[in-house]
Amino acid sequence: MTDYLLKHYDDLITAALEHLQIVLITLLLSLIIAAFLTVLCTYSKTASRIIPGLLSMIYSIPSLAMFALLIPLTGLGQTTAITVLVIYNQYLLLQNFLAGLNGIDPSISEAAMGMGMTPLQALIKIKLPLSKKAFITGIRIAMVATVSIATIAASINAGGLGTILFDGLRTMNPAKILWGSLLSALLALLIDGLLRLAEKRLGAGSGSAAKTNC
Amino acid sequence: MYHQIIEYFQMNSQRYFTMLTDHLQISLCALLAAAALAVPAGFFCVRYSVLQKPVSAVFGILRIIPSLAILLLMLPVLGTGAVPAAIALILLAVPPILENTIAGLLEVPPFLLETAGAMGMTGTQIWVKVRFPLALPLILTGMKTAAVEIIASATLAARIGAGGLGDLIFTGIGLFRTDLLLIGGISVALLSLSAGIFFHLLEKIIFKYKRI
Repeated sequence: MTDYLLKHYDDLITAALEHLQIVLITLLLSLIIAAFLTVLCTYSKTASRIIPGLLSMIYSIPSLAMFALLIPLTGLGQTTAITVLVIYNQYLLLQNFLAGLNGIDPSISEAAMGMGMTPLQALIKIKLPLSKKAFITGIRIAMVATVSIATIAASINAGGLGTILFDGLRTMNPAKILWGSLLSALLALLIDGLLRLAEKRLGAGSGSAAKTNC
Repeated sequence: MYHQIIEYFQMNSQRYFTMLTDHLQISLCALLAAAALAVPAGFFCVRYSVLQKPVSAVFGILRIIPSLAILLLMLPVLGTGAVPAAIALILLAVPPILENTIAGLLEVPPFLLETAGAMGMTGTQIWVKVRFPLALPLILTGMKTAAVEIIASATLAARIGAGGLGDLIFTGIGLFRTDLLLIGGISVALLSLSAGIFFHLLEKIIFKYKRI
């Protein structure tokens, strides 16, 4: 156990960093797409009816099946993994973003319109600051899910901590399995804890802001 | 591609059905066992509120840990095969059911419980006739989430020798056989979609007369 850690700590660190890299790239791409979809859903009724349902259906497809379906198109490797992860994240992000935006008191957005703000101005200056807590919640859930699914992505050569897991499984090396599992669990718990902290801070800030608004 | 898939079914339909039934069997066993564990646990958490915080904290952490890690952490302790896979799947399925059971039982409006008490129902009657039926929709939603999660993770369980449709996908990845990948991927996707639809219909049938 500790022998493996002392001998191969560089492997473990490389894998963990690779894992983090996948998670961050995925987060960046999915935030861009989710922002676009959220704006689309707030402005078009048909879009807000179709898109969330479609995404929830896609989200229920198991990740390994999704990888299998995309391999003929995009091949093995990180491209496939990140594509799948971005698609899954859309559901988690969009759900929370829309809940945050819809949870705003309508009188506030009406007041913004009454002051002569354009819809875009109202979105950026009023709605976004008021729903930032829901945004962070969405990002937290999406990142934890990404860490989890990215371990599975190692089976299609995407790298990351899953590689250590699968290697350990192939050679029946308990130390490798244990450290791979522990590190991926730790990474997920760490990200969850950090974003929860951010949520608490932002929540406290927006709470007081809401009070002064009333 | 199309011909390859047809050919696969002509040659291996027997094997395909064994994998399908294996997959269904392990998923169903895990789901039932998880429900049998989580619903009473939820009851105890609500009945004795001291328990609620520690129990939900433990399962909250369990929910964050990647499913593959849970599956493989069982391996050094329990070895390979269907039993350790089923235990790991149960561990994965308990949190959503437990959370929803607690939420459902707590969300029953207090005035309904008071009314039931005023009508002369005993404590047990209130639990059985009022509180559980009203919490059932949320419990079913939890079971739906759990079922989808179990079917997804059961594909991974093929890696630790539990059989099922995951075998097909992993073989497809190993040999780079697109036909196997497509057959496995589409079957699993259909399986989890139909599990979602099944629970949706079940809820509709059970709560045909629900007004709220």
